[in-house]
Amino acid sequence: MALVTMTIAAEQRGAVPAERTAAKKWARLARPALGLVLPVTLAVVWEFVVRMGWASGRLAPPPSVIFQEFVDLARSGDLQRNTLVTLGRVAAGFGCGVAVATIVGAAAGYSPVIRRLLDPSLQALRAIPSIAWVPLFVLWLGIFEASKITLIAVGVFFPVYLGVMGAIQSVDRKLVEVGRAFRLSDVQMVRRILLPAVLPAYVIALRSGLGLGWMFVAAAELLGASEGLGYLLLDGQELGKPAEIVAAIVAFAVVGKATDWLIALAAAPFLRWEDVVRQE
Amino acid sequence: MLVLDRVSKTYPNGVHALGGVSVEVDPGEIVAVIGGSGCGKSTLLRAISGLDPASEGTVLLDGERISAPHQKIGIIFQEPRLLPWLKVAGNVGFGLGDRPKQERAARVATTLKRVGLADKAAMWPRELSGGQAQRVAIARALVPRPEVLLLDEPFSALDAFTRTDLQDHLLDLWADAKPTLILVTHDVDEAIVLADRVMVMCPRPGRIFDEIAVDLPRPRDRQSAAFDFVKRRVLAALDRSLSRAVAPADGEAKASAGAALWW
Repeated sequence: MALVTMTIAAEQRGAVPAERTAAKKWARLARPALGLVLPVTLAVVWEFVVRMGWASGRLAPPPSVIFQEFVDLARSGDLQRNTLVTLGRVAAGFGCGVAVATIVGAAAGYSPVIRRLLDPSLQALRAIPSIAWVPLFVLWLGIFEASKITLIAVGVFFPVYLGVMGAIQSVDRKLVEVGRAFRLSDVQMVRRILLPAVLPAYVIALRSGLGLGWMFVAAAELLGASEGLGYLLLDGQELGKPAEIVAAIVAFAVVGKATDWLIALAAAPFLRWEDVVRQE
Repeated sequence: MLVLDRVSKTYPNGVHALGGVSVEVDPGEIVAVIGGSGCGKSTLLRAISGLDPASEGTVLLDGERISAPHQKIGIIFQEPRLLPWLKVAGNVGFGLGDRPKQERAARVATTLKRVGLADKAAMWPRELSGGQAQRVAIARALVPRPEVLLLDEPFSALDAFTRTDLQDHLLDLWADAKPTLILVTHDVDEAIVLADRVMVMCPRPGRIFDEIAVDLPRPRDRQSAAFDFVKRRVLAALDRSLSRAVAPADGEAKASAGAALWW
């Protein structure tokens, strides 16, 4: 289990700066390859150690056992069903969180009055660890979907709200003035100046929001669920099946990374002008 | 014809930036506005553009009162202010949003060719040099065919060589449709190379102190004796404008204004 989590951590750490800073070309090719050396070596060594009978591998299953568990879960359909349930919860929570955060963030970024009215309260709420809301949400909304989705939405809300508000506040006033000089209407101003100016920061906000969404779906499902990847974690713990836990963790990592990649991919055509800056 | 009638500007914070400027500018005329820092020359330009309308007095273009940005008036800022998410061609065509696509493409292509950047149409603004970016900004302002083009220290951020180059290029472009040019600058040479008339402004509140006609044939030789003669007159007027300005609140402001002129 430790091996695989290390692999995931290494992947995530390697991928994000590689996209953002993009140092030199050779570094971009060499860095991910170098990052693979440690996890692959550890995996191979552990597999070897267990095969030789030097360790039982009962609590920390070797890669081959985890892979077999994965295949079994996929064959029975458990993997797909639980992944879809979790994905659905993230989608619902992320959708609600982003929708509210975008509207509130845009209003607070645009109007100083709204900002002064809302921001202090929101900043105070932000200081509360979101998991602390769970008992209240369960009392208010019950133990089923509504409380889970609300928790995810709350987690997604804050990074997106802060990102949108900051992005709108920092739109270059000189470019807005260009829009005025060319007599753009309010709608045109939003479409042709404000939206493109805000988009890069918005995409970053969406991606960090989605990351928190995945974090909170795991928390919500661990706290009580009858299906979902978090339920697989819990099931593995209660039945003493570490391979199932690791398989669920890997599934979390893969689906989480895939959704993040989808956002990046969808935004890429609109952010090509920024890539030029990155490559320089 | 552009007519300014007692144009004044008082900002909400009480600063009296412009104190009744009246000028008439003929179509096709090139007027340079020069003066120490804080003399209201940029404020005047912004009042004409309609971006920051005058608090009193009127700006009339062909009899029409200007109180907001107008399609017959183009403006070029000190910085290129290109939109980084649009390629060069997109930036040049920015002011033609209401035109059919084909017409837009044709006019953008012609103008880009005219400013010598036809090969840069598909580049991002970030990939341009400072001089090229400012050329794109000039193209963007020229594409809607303005009757009046306002320039707010358009070349002051460029190196001396590029600046001279773009001054000549601007005159070349001006010769096509001969729009009225109003150029704010603190570069005396630039004013004399380009303008038919140099207006010297003085501060507190900003007003026109002196006007010097530049009756030299174009292209103008920056080294000629006649050029130097006009330059001396402009410099003398500037000098007087500063010493005769209403006594500044503190000597420091005056010293810095003088320094800005003599750099």
